[in-house]
Amino acid sequence: MANSLRGAAAIVGAVDAVSPTGSLDRTVEQLEVDMIAAALDDSGLTIDDVDCVMSNNGMMASLDLAERLGVQGRFTDSTMTGGSSFEVFVEHAAAAIAAGLCETAVIVYAATPRAGNNPFAGGGPARDPGSPMFQWDLPYGAGLPAAGYSLAAQRHMYQYGTTSEQLAQIAVSFREWASMNPNAFKQDPITIDDVLASPLVAEPLHKLDCCLVTDGAGALVVTSAERARDLAKPAAYVLGAGTAHSHGMSVSQMPDVTTTAYSVCGPQAMNMAGISHDDVDVVELYDSFTITAMMTLEDLGFCAKGEGGDFVADGRLGPGGALPTNTNGGGLSYTHPGMYGMFILVEAVRQLRGECGDRQVSDVDIALANGCGGLLSCTSTIVLGTEATL
Amino acid sequence: MPRIEPAVVPLTEPYWEATRNEVLTAQRCGACDRFVWYPRERCPNCLSADLVWTDLSGEGTIYTFNVMRKPGNPMMADEIPYLIALVDLDEGIRVTTNIVGAEPESVACGQRVTVDWGVELEDGRRLPTFRPA
Repeated sequence: MANSLRGAAAIVGAVDAVSPTGSLDRTVEQLEVDMIAAALDDSGLTIDDVDCVMSNNGMMASLDLAERLGVQGRFTDSTMTGGSSFEVFVEHAAAAIAAGLCETAVIVYAATPRAGNNPFAGGGPARDPGSPMFQWDLPYGAGLPAAGYSLAAQRHMYQYGTTSEQLAQIAVSFREWASMNPNAFKQDPITIDDVLASPLVAEPLHKLDCCLVTDGAGALVVTSAERARDLAKPAAYVLGAGTAHSHGMSVSQMPDVTTTAYSVCGPQAMNMAGISHDDVDVVELYDSFTITAMMTLEDLGFCAKGEGGDFVADGRLGPGGALPTNTNGGGLSYTHPGMYGMFILVEAVRQLRGECGDRQVSDVDIALANGCGGLLSCTSTIVLGTEATL
Repeated sequence: MPRIEPAVVPLTEPYWEATRNEVLTAQRCGACDRFVWYPRERCPNCLSADLVWTDLSGEGTIYTFNVMRKPGNPMMADEIPYLIALVDLDEGIRVTTNIVGAEPESVACGQRVTVDWGVELEDGRRLPTFRPA
């Protein structure tokens, strides 16, 4: 049954809204319905086709959103796994569609942290005073996302000899992509020296090792392969999916801070899709920090554990490189409203459709979309492919 | 040094009460014999409810650490730079803590550390930190 998902569903609508200013002059609620309307237009389907709404913006989020849209669903999902939620939603939508539980799902995300309502400020959702993170980590001043990720970076350096220069190269490569993306928040090229000269936030991580804080929104439409074939635009078929988690929000509970759960969900998704690393034309991954990107590439198996520093050093992630990665500029240079996973999927679909203009990678048939949520806690990998890969 | 002060609840009361006497404790599972961190309702290794509060040696090794140059919360603003670490205690549990009494440049993964009780909370509880052994 491992392959029951392969090719059963497809992403047929994918849109986002970001701004080079970093700000979107609309409320979260307005953005949510605007994105869904735009994604449906993009897909060629209508709201009448939708029988499932997925959102995690608040308690009973998917029910409230469906009510606002006038949708009475027959499958629903409000799963919250932080930044990987949208990969998890696509996995769940594909599984539900494959099982005949629904036919067309819409998935949405919107956040406007630039307007001062950043739900992740000061430790984010874990600020529930009863949470383990609040009780056992925050008293030590760990309420900054960079606090936890710097602990991973330091150990990676100690165990494998990784350098700040190697981490910086990741930010440099993603900025090269962003310089070809007119919607990216940061488009000016940077050097390794620029990264190392930027202020230390949580040593060993510098400011330019850290993702942006920008407004952003996006939506996806997922439907059955059967419906997808009749639509005007090319579909991005879900060939494989996997989700895994190693701990919650308390970093002391991560068994090995240099190894993420991508080591579990990556192979699962790629085996389901029946692909090897050489088949991957473009990688979109969660770069909350440069160290996140490096460990992701290792744990997905693009290089051995601990060799991420050497792997990225030749600039292979950037334009013209052997492994085009984060072709929109990533969370480091494109946008990062708090949960970046939506934009990973939107860019993967755009690359498969050939919609990326100057930054378009040639002959993209397979795209790997990788979300990471919490504090390196929950990872999810979606393998997407063109019709030719079915 | 002002700190976020978690509420004392029945599950965590033995831990916090021991800190008033500068004693570091953790639960130990009577069924599988392992130490448990953080306080649990049942053992996260074998799901036994037989968890017994046990004194710890207060000795451990730095697994990893950072140097916070930006405060993790506003009340830590006057403390920067300060060090956050994950310390592997000799009893086999890993805790989040601060490293005190050391210049940031002198701290390293693998370094031996011992518990320090210098941080007192408003209500007399103490927050265990660690310093080089």
